[in-house]
Amino acid sequence: MDNGQPTNNGRTEGPVFGPYRQGVLVKPYERLNRDHVKWLDDASLSILNDPGIWCYNERAANLFKAHGAEVREEQEASGSFFWRVSLPQGLVRDAVSKAPSRIILGARKPENRLLLDAEVPRVYFGTGSEANVWLDVRMEEFVSVDDSQVKVKVPRFRELRGDTTLLSRAARLCEQLEHLDFFIRPLNIQDPDVTPDNHDVNKFFASLNNITKHVQAGLTRLESLKDVIKMAEIIAGGREELRKNPVISFIACVFKSPLQIVDETAEKVFAIVESGLPLVISSSPQGGSSAPIQEAGMVAQINAEILAGITLVQLIKQGAPVLYGSVPVRVRLDNLFDLYGCPEFNQYNIDCVQMARFYKIPCYSSAGVGDAKVPGMQAVFEKLFTHLHMAMSGAQYIHYAFGLLDRTNSFCPVQAVLDNEQIGKIKHCLREPKIDPSITADMINIVKKVMASPHRLFARHARKAMHAGDISSPYRFEAKDLEDKALENAMGYMNQKEKEPAQHLDQTTVDRIFNEIPGILPGLRQVAE
Amino acid sequence: MDQQILLEKIAFNVMQGRLEAEDEGFDEGLEGKPAVTELVKEAIRDGVDPKSIVLEALTGSMEVVGEKFESGEYLIPDMLASAECVGVAMDLLSPYLLKAGVETKGKFIISTVKGDLHDIGKNIVSIMLKGAGYEVIDLGADVPTDRIVGAVKEHQAPYLGLSALLTTTMRVMGDVIEKLKEEGVRESVKVLIGGAPTSKEFADQIGADAHCKDAFEATNILKTMAH
Repeated sequence: MDNGQPTNNGRTEGPVFGPYRQGVLVKPYERLNRDHVKWLDDASLSILNDPGIWCYNERAANLFKAHGAEVREEQEASGSFFWRVSLPQGLVRDAVSKAPSRIILGARKPENRLLLDAEVPRVYFGTGSEANVWLDVRMEEFVSVDDSQVKVKVPRFRELRGDTTLLSRAARLCEQLEHLDFFIRPLNIQDPDVTPDNHDVNKFFASLNNITKHVQAGLTRLESLKDVIKMAEIIAGGREELRKNPVISFIACVFKSPLQIVDETAEKVFAIVESGLPLVISSSPQGGSSAPIQEAGMVAQINAEILAGITLVQLIKQGAPVLYGSVPVRVRLDNLFDLYGCPEFNQYNIDCVQMARFYKIPCYSSAGVGDAKVPGMQAVFEKLFTHLHMAMSGAQYIHYAFGLLDRTNSFCPVQAVLDNEQIGKIKHCLREPKIDPSITADMINIVKKVMASPHRLFARHARKAMHAGDISSPYRFEAKDLEDKALENAMGYMNQKEKEPAQHLDQTTVDRIFNEIPGILPGLRQVAE
Repeated sequence: MDQQILLEKIAFNVMQGRLEAEDEGFDEGLEGKPAVTELVKEAIRDGVDPKSIVLEALTGSMEVVGEKFESGEYLIPDMLASAECVGVAMDLLSPYLLKAGVETKGKFIISTVKGDLHDIGKNIVSIMLKGAGYEVIDLGADVPTDRIVGAVKEHQAPYLGLSALLTTTMRVMGDVIEKLKEEGVRESVKVLIGGAPTSKEFADQIGADAHCKDAFEATNILKTMAH
């Protein structure tokens, strides 16, 4: 297969892929029944036919037309032209069926690769967004006005502008977070020397030189794609090696909701798909403004947008690895901002996971983001509410899951550490049950043994399960006394983790990258010791 | 088997918390190999001095287990498994130790008070103290005050441990102490109390000698009392 991905678009068992991260295999919670899925599928295909899509990219319009879509040029009130595309149901169904159901996302370390299989609800969690702000936290001591002997430590926050140094630091920290499976640059780089021309090479290099897990990002400029791929090829060990082990992949929000294909992003989709590297077709309509707020309307529309995007990908190159990227959000009715961490967010997102499963395409989903601006009770509520539900849904690839605050506007490293603990507990909670006749027979023996002992105490028999890793640990950041020290303890833990040696690329690789790829900031030149 | 090797094997298996051959240890790959029960029986059969089994194989290894628990390497089930090994070894050795004139660290009567059926904590203390070399006389749970005081008198025990989990039954501990006074044995026995709702303040209030927040504190307090 020319893209190096497993040949599974025929839905056959793939070869043995070698090591990959285990994630957590869940029994999916399904909100929709079969009829719901069918009605939503019908609704999406109906929307794609009429009113169809507003395509602002000529190549895409022509490609759709060449495959049987009805395309006509129209003019907006503003005077600009676009192509109105009515996609026939058969065209969409046929194209979507060509998308692989199983995709490998590579990594610098083979054991960090990810195996995404639309028919296997194996869940991975990673970072997301491209926040402008790094939220720095420090604990400051305050003295009681009533009693100077009483002192409390309170978190103080400072907003820093995202840059390459902080993005590198985020990647280094994320390397150390054991429950983080992949890295989407969580921070926008705004160094004075970063321009639109070198933005992509710097964000990919700052990430790839500090983490051995899968790295994913959007592409700022189409012209940078060549250099980004060259960098990844140097790291992976060559052109073919990169296709077999795609250490990077891309996200393209080709649809501007409602139902408009963006000209520039469509060009990126063409180029990325032609490169053979995996791509997320992501759509993020806002229920109540750019999509209906009602569950049925939101899911019908976002599903239509993603299906049209996937159709485009498969028309460009049949069998191209693509993820069903659903990021449906709800509007706040008081200020029209996104509202995360609310019941509708879960409903929309769980439905999309089911739709992706129906089409047998791995799902890129979202969880762990909320309105809270700082770590604390609200953040925990919003994150747990979505982390748990989306993991239960069986989404293969859950982004936004670490460190995001203030919707998607801030990345807070200590919040990422808190999220890591929370996600670890969720992964443990959703593990497959260990129950079979031989295990129940063992349990009967233990019960008999204990009942025959003087104290009838099972503690000693907990050891086997403890040593097998079946027993979870207490909350890592708990306090011993009448106080909440989660944040303070998480900061201590983060400081320890940040002292671990960085997993930089070796000298030869870094030298080659700096020699062959222009625009990388000299400050990022760090090599493995 | 060479006696020294046998003693070392017993000590090793105590640290591994392996009571019988079928038990797994803290480390992997030990299942099926002789454990404390089999090894102690072999030592007795081979005529190994029971006192050296206690001193060289049991006491030192339990100290190592305690250190491992303190450092966080071992958790409570590991500690209990080791203590249970020592307890069983002591049961096997007891007739021989008696014959050799070796004494235990003292009799410790333990009981959950009247009205309270909760005995997990009491059982853990019981296992740990037996593992630490005390002769533990466990009266069980929901034990009437008269029976507890009667046992103290009958065994002339220097230590009494009282346990309660309920706020409604903890006050019975005070009744036991009052009864000990009435019977004229309060001065001859140290009373240690424990259980979730109890505290140091409560121990002082009812006139107990010590409050133990857990089994490990109980062993430490007993060490101090012995000195």
